[in-house]
Amino acid sequence: MKDVRDALMIGRTSEGDLVRRPVSPFMLGSAYRFQISSATSILHRISGCVLGVGSLLLTLWLVCAASGDGAFSVIQAFLASWIGLVVLFGFTAALFYHFCNGIRHLAWDAGRGFDIPVMRRNGKLVFVATIILTLAFWTIAFMVW
Amino acid sequence: MSTHDKPVAVTMRRSGLSRARGLGSAKSGSAHWWAERVTSIALLPLSLYFVASVILLLGADHARMVAYMAMPWNSALFLALIFAMFYHLALGVQVIVEDYVPNEAKRLATILVLKGVILFLALASAVSVLKLAFS
Ligand code: HEM
Repeated sequence: MKDVRDALMIGRTSEGDLVRRPVSPFMLGSAYRFQISSATSILHRISGCVLGVGSLLLTLWLVCAASGDGAFSVIQAFLASWIGLVVLFGFTAALFYHFCNGIRHLAWDAGRGFDIPVMRRNGKLVFVATIILTLAFWTIAFMVW
Repeated sequence: MSTHDKPVAVTMRRSGLSRARGLGSAKSGSAHWWAERVTSIALLPLSLYFVASVILLLGADHARMVAYMAMPWNSALFLALIFAMFYHLALGVQVIVEDYVPNEAKRLATILVLKGVILFLALASAVSVLKLAFS
C-alpha cells in the first residue's frame, strides 16, 4: 500500500475473495457487466480525445489553405486518398457520437433524464443516431463530390 | 487581547459564498464546469455548420477555398468555431489529465504543455482563416 487512501480500495467479490476495487477507467473490464451507461460514458471521453486529434487535422487543413495553392492541393489530395477517407470517416463518426451524447450530457446538467429506463433508451438512440448521421453524411458527400 | 481573538462577528459577517470562494477543493471548478457547458451549447450549431462547410468544400481547389473564406459570414463562423472548439477541448483535456495523472507535479506539467499546444493550434487556425479572409 503506497498511500493510506488505498485502504478504502479494499473490497470483496461476491465469492468473498479480497480484491482491489475497480475504478472508473476499468468499469468496462471483467469486474462489471456491460451497461449502456458506462459504455456511452467512456465513449464520450474517447470520442472527445479523437476529436482533439481531429482538431490537429483541421488546423493543418486551414494552414495549408492559407499557405497557398501548392500546399492546399497536397492536403486535399491526401484527404481524398483511401487513408484520408478512412481517417475522415473516423472523425465524422466521433463527431456525431460526441454531438448526440453531448446533448444527453447537457440534459442531465439541466437536471433532466435521470430515469434509468429513459437513460437506457436514449443511450441506445445515441448509437442509432450516430450510425444514421455518419452514413447520411457520407451518402451526401459522395453525391456532391 | 491578542490578534488571534478578533471578534467573531467580523468574520461571520461575510457571506457563506465569499468565505467558501477559493478554498478547499472548490477553487475555480464551477467556472470551469460552466465554461465547458457554454462551449458545448455553442458547438451544437457550430459543428453542424462545420459539417455543412466540409460537404461544400469537398474536393475544392485553392480558389474555391479562398472564395469561401473570403465571405464574412464564413470567416466569422469559422473563427467562432475555432474559439469554442479549442476552448472546449482545453477544458476537456484538463479534466482527463486530472483524472489519470495522480502525481501533482506531473499533472500540472502535462496540463500546461497540452494547453500550450492547444492554444498554439487555435492561433494557427485563426490566423489562417484571417489570412484567407483578407486575401
Ligand atoms: C458538437 C458539439 C459538442 C458538444 C455538444 C459537446 C459536449 C460535451 C460535453 C457536455 C462534455 C462534458 C461531458 C462530461 O460532463 O463529462 C464534453 C466533454 C469533452 N468534449 Fe465535447 N462537445 C462537442 C464538441 C467537441 C469537440 C469538437 C471536441 C474536440 C475538439 C470535444 C472534446 C471534448 C473533450 C476532450 C471532452 C472531455 C471528455 C471527458 O472529460 O471525458 N467536444 N463535450
